[in-house]
Amino acid sequence: MSTKSRLHIPHPSARPGDKPDFSYLNLAPAGSADKPSIDAKPRDIEHLSMNLVRVLDDEHRAQGEWNPNLDPEKLQVGLRWMLLTRVFDERLWQIQRQGKISFYMESKGEEAVSIAQGMALRAGDMCFPSYRNTGLYLYRGTKLVDMMNQCLSNTKDMCKGRQLPVLYHNKEANLFSLSGNLGTQYPHAVGWAMASAIKGEDHIAASWLGDGSTAEADFHHALTFAAVYQAPVILNIVNNQWAISTFQGFAGGERRPFAARGIGLGIPGIRVDGNDFLAVYSATLWAADRARRGGGPTVIEHVTYRGGAHSTSDDPSKYRPKDEWASFPLGDPIERLKKHLIAEGHWSDEQHIEVIEEYRVKVGAAWKEAQKFGTMTDGPFLDPAGMFDDIYAEIPEHLVKQRQQMLELES
Amino acid sequence: MAQMNMIEAIRSALDIVMEKDPNVVIMGEDVGYFGGVFRCTDGLQRKYGEHRVIDAPIAEGGIIGATIGMGLNGLRPVAEIQFADYIYPGFDQVVSELARIRYRSAGEFFSPVTIRTPCGGGIRGGQTHSQSPEAIFTHISGIRVVMPSNPYDAKGLLISAIESDDPVVFFEPKRIYNGPFDGDPEKPAVSWASHPKGEVPRGYYTVPLGSADVVEEGSELTIITYGTLVHVAQAAAALVGVNAEIIDVRSLSPLDTTTLTESVKKTGRCLIAHEATRFSGFGAELVATVQEECFFHLEAPIERVAGWDTPYPHAFEWQYFPGQKRLAAGIRKVMEAQ
Ligand SMILES: Cc1ncc(C[n+]2csc(CCOP(=O)(O)OP(=O)(O)O)c2C)c(N)n1
Ligand SMILES: [Mg+2]
Repeated sequence: MSTKSRLHIPHPSARPGDKPDFSYLNLAPAGSADKPSIDAKPRDIEHLSMNLVRVLDDEHRAQGEWNPNLDPEKLQVGLRWMLLTRVFDERLWQIQRQGKISFYMESKGEEAVSIAQGMALRAGDMCFPSYRNTGLYLYRGTKLVDMMNQCLSNTKDMCKGRQLPVLYHNKEANLFSLSGNLGTQYPHAVGWAMASAIKGEDHIAASWLGDGSTAEADFHHALTFAAVYQAPVILNIVNNQWAISTFQGFAGGERRPFAARGIGLGIPGIRVDGNDFLAVYSATLWAADRARRGGGPTVIEHVTYRGGAHSTSDDPSKYRPKDEWASFPLGDPIERLKKHLIAEGHWSDEQHIEVIEEYRVKVGAAWKEAQKFGTMTDGPFLDPAGMFDDIYAEIPEHLVKQRQQMLELES
Repeated sequence: MAQMNMIEAIRSALDIVMEKDPNVVIMGEDVGYFGGVFRCTDGLQRKYGEHRVIDAPIAEGGIIGATIGMGLNGLRPVAEIQFADYIYPGFDQVVSELARIRYRSAGEFFSPVTIRTPCGGGIRGGQTHSQSPEAIFTHISGIRVVMPSNPYDAKGLLISAIESDDPVVFFEPKRIYNGPFDGDPEKPAVSWASHPKGEVPRGYYTVPLGSADVVEEGSELTIITYGTLVHVAQAAAALVGVNAEIIDVRSLSPLDTTTLTESVKKTGRCLIAHEATRFSGFGAELVATVQEECFFHLEAPIERVAGWDTPYPHAFEWQYFPGQKRLAAGIRKVMEAQ
């Protein structure tokens, strides 16, 4: 120890030009984590927040107590949704690059979180997602063309042209409206869950945010309220290692996993291999059952990797090694589920390629259709008068006047 | 002298004060290794080290609160909030702490924090990358509020802000980071290279806080504005063909009342314009000030042009933005009034 105090500045294990190094990750073999009963006391299962729940091993077989033993058909469904998510993201990214939408954010490498959790939750459960939950929107039934209409801010846009691309919502599917402000949805999920308990219903809430966003005060408010009222909520931390240019160490991930954030409040935490479809599904089902039966909140940390740039405005080659994802020890969630299904004799490379082709056609057709409802440059266009709607339940007088002025200026 | 855009001018200001005063530190999201999402701190961490250009956790309340603490312990911190739209988690630290520490400790404690933050729209940023929340901050006594409209002022004002012992919220209109913008999105973008205010001394200089700038002298009408709209106002006055005196407020609080009121007393007519929403906007304060000081010189009611009282809609950015047409209509209304 030194005789003076010392300022610690976190450093990522690799910067551009360095060899990627994920030795900091603290992995555990598939099947090694125990699966407690859903009524386990938080203090008896604290180790789950330090461990890593994994089901799929290096030979692509399912191992251990957390194996959810899903039917191959169900796994195929999961794989397909993940593939659709990837194909959709790829196409929309391209579309932004061609200047046809203003902005885009993809979820490449994190598809298992959205799809496995989407499948483990019930339709009546309310979701408060982040912008990197594309798959959740798709799985819960948002049509491809509706997602595209939103990105185009066109005449069929669910947000009526008011939001940046990807800030979707889907009321019927219980998907809350996305905010641009990080972490704000977390306390909402807790409040929604409290209301469910107040009303005596068995619906639960789930929310998602990134490793970086755990630094926001709203994250901590959510955990405190969830703990105090034992709200039936699943609080997901998607640790994709990066928050734009800052690695997870800047959110305090260097000494304790994010899954342990609730331990001091008595909230159980599960650290799960976020690229292992089976593990994510299983951990979610455990937390959901627990919440539904009065067991209160669970924090789930999904260890994954942001496979793409932060957004179309970002250039990650400026701050991380170009090939870092290829060295990520937990791989790619799609490849891993695919290899598992192939190893079990329920899938083939040919089928995989066929599905991708099928989805490219499907996404291409949706894009064609979406453009009919208007693009940034070609009509039909939304009526600008609509920008004065929905500010209040009923439009007040001063806005009626401003709307009139705007229309006169436009004509 | 050098040609600089606003980003380079801001970076140059930071560089110069850091060189001059080892107590100046920068903290914000992505400001260190990466150099900021708008590149304003590019290269500064390499030059001054990780203890002076500090990447922060994503917590605006934490950034503002911690920089206040650093300031209390002798440092002179510059906090960057990535977008003004994301400053709200730090609001309590600004209102209840930063603004009042000097007052409540009878002058014994103070923290000279400067908060830099990009504001304004016109970049297709939607409602969470386009806001102009300056009036929320001008309402707080104890905080200085600044918004430059060009590279020369940006550098000179930022140096003054950092050197000031008062806390300053320094708004940077991001639409004009790379070039002046006259409000017409159809026109090709222009750079600062051909603009006189893009010519910036390489070395140290200051533009004083609390002083407005007469951008164009004129006799028929005074246009009081700031930020991006300074350039729109110039274009709109030319469009109407009126001999307008255009004033860039630049320091919103405390306000240089003298420059504004002398001009209005001379011209007898006044238009006030800003990009922020109208209701309880900073324009309301300007109207009140001009009315109080110049009532008997006014030949027409003071006119206000501002953003509509709506969030900034992604699809209708240009219908929202108070462009040349809207300012021109305002100018005509003031000129026609008897
Ligand atoms: C309150 C707030 N502060 C800052 C930002 C700017 N911002 C957008 S995304 C982002 C990084 C988020 O990282 P993380 O939470 O890890 O999520 P990821 O993007 O990795 O999914 C930042 C700083 C914002 N949107 N909101
Ligand atoms: Mg992240």
